[in-house]
Amino acid sequence: MATLLQQLINGLVLGGLIALIALGYTMVYGIIQLINFAHGEVFMVGGFASLATYSYVLPDGLKSDWWFALPLMAIGGALVAVILAVIMERFAYRPLRNAPRLAPLITALGVSVILKEAVRLWYPGATAPVPFPRVFVNKTFTFEVFDGSITIGSTAILMIVVSIVGAIILQTYITRSRMGRAMRATAQDPDTARLMGVNPNRTIVLTFVIGAALAGIAGVLYGIQITNVDTEVGFLYGIFAFTAAVLGGVGSIKGAVIGGFAIGLVKTLSGQYLPGGTQYDLVWIFVILIAVLVFRPQGLFGEPERVRA
Amino acid sequence: MLYRHCRTEAEKGHHVRNQTVKAGVLVAGALLLAACGTNKTESGAGGGNQSCDQSKGTLVIGVIAPQSGGLSALGLGIKNSAQLAADQANEKCAVKGYKLAVQTEDDQATAQVGAQAATRLSSNANVVGVVGTLNSSVAQSVQPILKGKNIVQISPANTNPSLTRGKDYGTAPKRDFETYFRVCATDDLQGPFAAKYLVGKAGKKSIAIITDGKTYGEGLAAEFKKQAEKDGAKIVASAKVGEKDTDFAGVIATIKGSNPDAIYYGGEYPQAGPLSKQAKDAGLAVPVMGGDGIYDQKFIDLGGKEGDLATSVGAPTDTLPSAKAFIDAYKAKGFKDDFSAYGAFSYDATNAIIGSLAKAIEGGDWSDSKRADLIKNVQSYSAQGATGEIKFDEYGDSTNKLLTVYKVSGGKWVADETGTFGG
Repeated sequence: MATLLQQLINGLVLGGLIALIALGYTMVYGIIQLINFAHGEVFMVGGFASLATYSYVLPDGLKSDWWFALPLMAIGGALVAVILAVIMERFAYRPLRNAPRLAPLITALGVSVILKEAVRLWYPGATAPVPFPRVFVNKTFTFEVFDGSITIGSTAILMIVVSIVGAIILQTYITRSRMGRAMRATAQDPDTARLMGVNPNRTIVLTFVIGAALAGIAGVLYGIQITNVDTEVGFLYGIFAFTAAVLGGVGSIKGAVIGGFAIGLVKTLSGQYLPGGTQYDLVWIFVILIAVLVFRPQGLFGEPERVRA
Repeated sequence: MLYRHCRTEAEKGHHVRNQTVKAGVLVAGALLLAACGTNKTESGAGGGNQSCDQSKGTLVIGVIAPQSGGLSALGLGIKNSAQLAADQANEKCAVKGYKLAVQTEDDQATAQVGAQAATRLSSNANVVGVVGTLNSSVAQSVQPILKGKNIVQISPANTNPSLTRGKDYGTAPKRDFETYFRVCATDDLQGPFAAKYLVGKAGKKSIAIITDGKTYGEGLAAEFKKQAEKDGAKIVASAKVGEKDTDFAGVIATIKGSNPDAIYYGGEYPQAGPLSKQAKDAGLAVPVMGGDGIYDQKFIDLGGKEGDLATSVGAPTDTLPSAKAFIDAYKAKGFKDDFSAYGAFSYDATNAIIGSLAKAIEGGDWSDSKRADLIKNVQSYSAQGATGEIKFDEYGDSTNKLLTVYKVSGGKWVADETGTFGG
């Protein structure tokens, strides 16, 4: 029983991280029907950028004051991620907006390779995992439960809280604010939205910006949780986030969050209870991806894609 | 409707041209990055003694080891130490008439890339021998390629016993590759040595074993398990992690239920370090013990904690006088990277090739027909190296079976016990 609870907690922590990244995937798809495969690398760059902020920007005296250092690192990571996303959108995706859907997809793959290799070659020491300081209260809470104990770390709690709060803020923004309405309008029908006075370019850029900011924050949270960053994690977590977005229904924010937590839980619970153990936990995630695409391609909360006449 | 159509057409025209330009920029950028990141480094032995006769050309010693990726710390140490040996040989005019150069190929710790590296080296007629590989899994694909061209291969770090004695190495040893040698001890000694320490000296009786599924980790853990159970310990849990995993919360929760008092990890430091830290965070603050794959400062940087243990091949580098000469020479060369766990072994392996080469050529010329002589000379090679006595038995294994247990103490690896495993 204790193990089950522990794995549930682990799953939620992982799920929170995946949800933050999946939000970026789902929003961009919702608005320009592009699966931005480079988004996973944006997450990875955010992690490295926050590490760079810590190492090079933060004055030494303040390094241990987490309430100052952590927000600064988050801002640093998110800022670099946002700048990267804006550049990506402007030079790699905007010119291909009217091109057949395959072209921006391949471009996205290309951008992801460029980002990963750029960090691996030019960030000092990035050819191997780079240690990341745990800039947060370093406490673990242990609870005696039934037949054992469960442990949850402070960074894990932070991860879950930030992802849920972030998703709620985002949902509120999308539904209540003017820009949010503009984004929903552009997602529904870009031409009519333009007729209504919505600037499509600005709206799309804003979508990328929000997605990248969330990915950048996810990068910092990943760093303080795992205490190292590696150029490989972009691809891995990008795939998880993509699966989560598809599972929840691309285009739906609620779907991305629920999909993210679902994927996290699948990974930990399958590693514990299904045959093959932890070595096959990734297999089950992709089995779900295939099942979703075959049986319910619109995901849990998405709308079936209508072919417009 | 028509108006919109015309506009889009014109925009599309613009877009196509802009597209081409931008695509061109991107491609150029990519090629630039590719050029910057070549995975092959060729370095001629620097500072050749001018009074040496080097008229007959250059002979190449190949190095196959990870130069990028998580294990690059070990691979770079191997490369630099081989370079050091070649430079010293050039200064001493060890091989008359020839200059020695080192050509390093990055195998990225992957068997498939290692095979490509071996093919590339074997197609060069001037390659006399290869120092490599680091990973036992890579060696499995490199061995047949080098044997096919009769190129001698000495590994500074492969520890899986099946590489020299075949898959039934315990019961029916058989040497499959006469061209393959190694200067380090093997896992059928390292595993039991670790077990004797962990169970006997450290008194751990409920051990959980985690491996990364690769040849080295699996082999080492299996050997450890055999001896640990013989010595009375119980293996309470067994789990595997993926090669690229960074988040071990799931695995740790799986083994935590069985209450282990120690974890034995079969794998390498990029994962062992975070695993140790995450285990502690999850409430499982037990010592993590591993093999030579985790014996690197990076293990501690990435999360290894006080009290973690590792075994490694050979005696601690700073205890032998010949080792001190190697360390001083390495420092004097000013390499950017540390010689790390296998530097001294790589140095000895390179010297073995150089010494055997000098004897095989003996003032004559290098040719393909000399390869058989070279292999014979390596087989009968005997010298004192930085890691102790360098000599090979009939399977190509080193006769030097020393092993050391190291413990993390004060943020560094400190030698705890050196010895051999009797059997």
